[in-house]
Amino acid sequence: MTVSRPWRVSLRVAALGYLALLLLIPICVVFYRTFEHGVGAVFDSVTTPQAVSAFWLTITVTAIAVPLNTIFGVLCALALARGRFRGKAILNAIIDLPFAISPVVVGLALILVCGAGGWLDGLPFQVIFSVPGIVFATIFISVPFVVREVTPVLMEVGDEQEQAAATLGASRWQAFWRITLPSIRWGVAYGIVLSVARCIGEFGAVSVVSGKISGETITLTLLVEQRFQNFDLAGAYAASALLAVIALGTLLAMTRINPRRDDA
Amino acid sequence: MIAVRDVRKQFGEFVALDDVTLEIPAGSLTSLLGPSGSGKSTLLRIIAGLEQPDSGTVEIEGEDATRVPPQRREIGFVFQHYAAFKHMTVRDNVAFGMKIRKQPKDRIKDRVDELLGVVGLAGYHERYPNQLSGGQRQRMALARALAVEPRVLLLDEPFGALDAKVRTELREWLRRLHDEVHVTTVLVTHDQEEAMAISDRIAVMDNGRIEQVGDPRELYDKPANPFVMGFLGPVSKVDDLLVRPHDITITTESRVGTREATVVRIVHLGFEVRVELALEGEQNVSAQLTRNEVEQLDLREGATVWVRTTGRTVHKAGEPEAEVAA
Repeated sequence: MTVSRPWRVSLRVAALGYLALLLLIPICVVFYRTFEHGVGAVFDSVTTPQAVSAFWLTITVTAIAVPLNTIFGVLCALALARGRFRGKAILNAIIDLPFAISPVVVGLALILVCGAGGWLDGLPFQVIFSVPGIVFATIFISVPFVVREVTPVLMEVGDEQEQAAATLGASRWQAFWRITLPSIRWGVAYGIVLSVARCIGEFGAVSVVSGKISGETITLTLLVEQRFQNFDLAGAYAASALLAVIALGTLLAMTRINPRRDDA
Repeated sequence: MIAVRDVRKQFGEFVALDDVTLEIPAGSLTSLLGPSGSGKSTLLRIIAGLEQPDSGTVEIEGEDATRVPPQRREIGFVFQHYAAFKHMTVRDNVAFGMKIRKQPKDRIKDRVDELLGVVGLAGYHERYPNQLSGGQRQRMALARALAVEPRVLLLDEPFGALDAKVRTELREWLRRLHDEVHVTTVLVTHDQEEAMAISDRIAVMDNGRIEQVGDPRELYDKPANPFVMGFLGPVSKVDDLLVRPHDITITTESRVGTREATVVRIVHLGFEVRVELALEGEQNVSAQLTRNEVEQLDLREGATVWVRTTGRTVHKAGEPEAEVAA
């Protein structure tokens, strides 16, 4: 399709303007407000015991949830793309549930299942108002990302390379590690980036199950809210900036893993 | 030798293979030839172990391989769309099977060098598949399949995705390669010219059955039925008899056993000339002559001529079991 020059320019301006308005300006404002009173104040604000605890809790929860969902996601994507079984459509729909249900509802459901009088009330460790609850909630809300990124890649790649590997003597396991995984690695990487972003940014579900015990079950997002409600705006901005830095760091790490493009 | 006995395969209601029995002699290059949906690819994939037959057996070199997984059949398989490992270099692609078998590094290196030389890709070691042309990718796939010294080489429409010129070059190259390597080879194709050009033997398939097996000349000269005759080359119908267009003789005067016909169209295809004739009470038939013959006869469109059939490959149309007339 050919578009005249004025149109092309105005389309670009509109697209970039939209992005700037929604994305760049708020982020810039956060960073501006964060460093308004100097780097020292920010440093002090993010190294309080509460902030350090929140930082490590967020990292811990993410470090548990993302690997689990990556393994589950790849297996599930393999089942969806390659498998022939009854109930595939249902599985496909269930995977999207965390997208469809409000995170707050997810948190409430966890309380009903694992809280006092729930089905899983008898677990040997406390779930609700404790770290396991936060982990469960985070796992649940970040389930779909890897599955949804990897399934179309698997379908696109097809299974001919795996068949070729089989005729060359490779076992299923060898074919998976040497052929399948390398050919879907961009999908996996992107799914991981999205999962990490979602895990560190999750607020609703975590907020419901956390109990907000200072220094114990406060994640970074909860810390932002807590400081905001306590009129500690500078502190809230500092914690937000820390969240943004983690997210950017993940993105950069992923793009650096293997910059070679060979998908043709 | 590969022996396929009473192999049956259904996909739902569709019968892909209907009790097929076929023997493929050791060291031969045999083609499975047929239209799409005839079951030829399914048969090849069953020989490879990539599909399981519903019933029947597959023997490779005297051993029952029916339940042996593809990994342990010692086969080489070449796919129509190359199935190149895209994230690996040419070297790693070719070395794949040898690495899986944990062969020593220097042996792998020597063998990769040797094979890339054989398939004409010497010096392409560090390229990625997307830096190769279609023909080069397929030659790499062949080197990869040959690297593990397979007992049988199975090729599924290996030249089907290539353009006509490369296809012709590669099939002649494959025939020469086979004459050097002598590995038992089965090739699936829907292109009768390709099958005729390179095969020792051809099995013609239709509707999940093998219609006839023989060497190319035998099939062309003595087709078992109208399907085989029609699939192996052009056919004209005269007096309810099927003949090859080059077995129709044209004369400018009436003789014993000739029929009157009118020249409808003359198409010059270089050395070959196709003459379309109208016979009374029949569909138009096509005759194939050489340029010299047409000049000697001084054929013109609209002229009246006399024709008779001379070939040996004559069948009654519509009767599959008709005997071969002299």
